[in-house]
Amino acid sequence: MFRNQYDSDVTVWSPQGRLHQVEYAMEAVNLGSATVGLKSNSHAVIIALKRASSELSAYQKKIINIDDHIGITISGLTADARILSRYMRTECLNYKYSHDTYMPMNRLITTLGNKMQVCTQRYDRRPYGVGLLVAGFDDKGSHIYQTCPSANFYDCKAMSIGSRSQSARTYLEKHLDQLLNSSLEELIKHGLRALRDTLPPEIDLSTKNVSIGFVGKERQFKILEEEEIAPYLGLIEGEERRGQGADKAPGPLREDQGEAPRDPQAATATEAADRMDTD
Amino acid sequence: MFSAPPFWQNGPAPGSFYDFPNMQPQVQPNDFRQHTQSPVTTSTSLVAVTYDKGIIIAGDLLASYGSLARYRNCPRIVKVNNNIILGSSGDYADFQYVQNFIEQKVISDECLDDGITLKPKSLYCWLTRILYNRRSKMDPLWNNFIVAGIQDGEPFLGTVDKQGTAYSDKIICTGYGAHIATPMLRDALDNKPQLTQAEARAQVERCMEVLYYRDARSFPKYQLGIIDADQGVSIEGPLQVAQNWSVAHSIKGY
Repeated sequence: MFRNQYDSDVTVWSPQGRLHQVEYAMEAVNLGSATVGLKSNSHAVIIALKRASSELSAYQKKIINIDDHIGITISGLTADARILSRYMRTECLNYKYSHDTYMPMNRLITTLGNKMQVCTQRYDRRPYGVGLLVAGFDDKGSHIYQTCPSANFYDCKAMSIGSRSQSARTYLEKHLDQLLNSSLEELIKHGLRALRDTLPPEIDLSTKNVSIGFVGKERQFKILEEEEIAPYLGLIEGEERRGQGADKAPGPLREDQGEAPRDPQAATATEAADRMDTD
Repeated sequence: MFSAPPFWQNGPAPGSFYDFPNMQPQVQPNDFRQHTQSPVTTSTSLVAVTYDKGIIIAGDLLASYGSLARYRNCPRIVKVNNNIILGSSGDYADFQYVQNFIEQKVISDECLDDGITLKPKSLYCWLTRILYNRRSKMDPLWNNFIVAGIQDGEPFLGTVDKQGTAYSDKIICTGYGAHIATPMLRDALDNKPQLTQAEARAQVERCMEVLYYRDARSFPKYQLGIIDADQGVSIEGPLQVAQNWSVAHSIKGY
């Protein structure tokens, strides 16, 4: 069963100059639950929405610690994310062993990008089906990086990936100018509001389904779970929720909104052209 | 008439085995390689001292073949980047080998063009790993390295030897200087813990003079590297030791 004549292999070009397998891998990121990353001059914060695969299972961990100064949050195939996080941990550890300093963020992301790129250029490989938001603090300040299965990475002011994440991006774009000088607490509040905007009306953020990670100047990366989150959730409780019901932005913000499997033909046809960077 | 050869011609004596030529078992391995067990072209002491805003390091320009003063213009105090000076004593070829590595590292850093440069403590740590790795292969790089630099506005002075033993201190001297110059500099720092650049320079020059008198592998031509938090890196030289042998005639008994 092929949806397309040119998607049987990662290495096969379509006549339009696209790599369909890579574009399909990009879609895997949208299957994961939403996650938000944002930064100020002094801090970088990542906030993730956790899912439980069944009533009987625990909520799946979404934030992974890489080093004292770096943490990631994932969306897509968790198993692939574990491979990538193990690689990032090894790189950081080796750098620390040989240079006695923390690995600069951009160098880590570049090596990670190189590793991921290989999978998009060999017929015996498949791209990693996971997107990462990497939060970190180094000599050059705070950073939020986004990585994609296409092996592109972006240095972001703020970003959100995962299912229904367009609403979060809309929120972040709207408040972008406030972020840079925010305190840590304000940053977390913005992140939680952005994440809340991705939720359907019947669900709300709770201590069970949210995790928060942050890092800052002279502040090691820390993950908050469960009851540690309650005070922050309390700060945005009762605020009017945006991006839902009547307030909803007209028209779909993104072709891939919603959880149900979509027709990839439509998704790739309308979206992929601007998503695959050709530069 | 035809006659048959004797029945047991060329055979072993009764009770012993046949002895074919070239059939002795080869007990010697033929793939062995002898590792460095002594340096070849060596340079002698380095003297380094920290002052309030930087570090001064000095070393002469001689490379010896044993006791022969073989090469007389071998610089061994080099600028690594804008905040590191590296000095080496010991085998000069090993120093050049490591220097090439470091230069390549600095070039790679520059090529990445991300504004991140090698830091003194990073180089110090990196050298420690390299030298310890080589000693663990029983094939050490025969050097004492001194890393002098400015990190976070503070002077940093560290040393690594051929076994990978590393320490940092306000005063570091290598080779013969470790015995002769270290006590002199310690005295100076006991009297005045924070030297100025001029005072530190005077102390280092004094050490170079004494070392020239006392160290039979020394040379009167030397280099002086200064790394300063404000002025950056400068390497001066060749400088000349101010020699005075006027009292030499009174020294007897050696």
